[in-house]
Amino acid sequence: MKYDTDTHAVAVAHGHATFMGLDSRKMAFWAFIGSECLLFGSLISTYLVYKGRSLVGPYPHEILNIPFTSFSTFDLLMSSLAMVLALAAVQRGDMKQGKLWLFVTAFLGLIFLGGQVWEFSHFYHEGLGLTTNLFGSTFYVLTGTHGAHVTVGVIWLLTLWVQALRGKLGPANAMTVEITGLYWHFVDVVWIIIFTVVYLIQ
Amino acid sequence: MSEQQAHATTGTYLRVAAILVMITLIEVGVFYVPAFQSALVPVLLVLSAIKFALVVMFYMHLKFDNRFFTFLFGGPLLLGLFVVVSLLFIFYGSVRLRTGM
Repeated sequence: MKYDTDTHAVAVAHGHATFMGLDSRKMAFWAFIGSECLLFGSLISTYLVYKGRSLVGPYPHEILNIPFTSFSTFDLLMSSLAMVLALAAVQRGDMKQGKLWLFVTAFLGLIFLGGQVWEFSHFYHEGLGLTTNLFGSTFYVLTGTHGAHVTVGVIWLLTLWVQALRGKLGPANAMTVEITGLYWHFVDVVWIIIFTVVYLIQ
Repeated sequence: MSEQQAHATTGTYLRVAAILVMITLIEVGVFYVPAFQSALVPVLLVLSAIKFALVVMFYMHLKFDNRFFTFLFGGPLLLGLFVVVSLLFIFYGSVRLRTGM
């Protein structure tokens, strides 16, 4: 089987084929991800433009915890691996593995969110609020928007997992899992950029 | 339309994950090594771009999928990149003009 052949066959079978033979749901979702690139592009630009312009502390080098964030990055990368393994399992009809990897993906997402909650509360106690300085404002808006996306992804994944537990998810609706995966991997690539731009390039 | 290629296998996914973890370790290592400080920004940006490309190509399947999806994603991505670079030039250019530096 080939990838294009698969997606075309699924699209036709579900009545979602476009005139190009592509699944309209997947096409719409790629367009949505494209629009998300512009959203995060604007937030990253804002962070970079105001970088180093804070008049009062705390400053990034005083507060950012690289070992902790490296672990969060590792966690999110592993969740992406779990997501592709979930998709591969659902596509081949192995729902036992599919359920397991969907849950692992959501669980790793929850660990990431827990880490972000801890980091935000720690920063707040260190004196960095949303309106403390330009670093605080741009940092919380950028990483908070990303965290909101992760939260949506975790809820989406847990919904799929519950559907799988109820036997309502199988190879016939693998496209639903694939689209969830596209969203989850996008959240991962955005974090790859944030980790470099915000945490490592101080 | 894209040429049709086979799916990535589980082995490919695991290899990509291993490469992603290795690159992350290198990134963190480079951050802590004083000798790399002069070339830190370009090195980190290149490593980050490699990780980004690996996830998009293999985990999001753009390497195997229809080229139209690459266009749908790549077009706005390039536009977003253009906006980021333009804003940085506009802002830092105006700062340089005001301060005369």
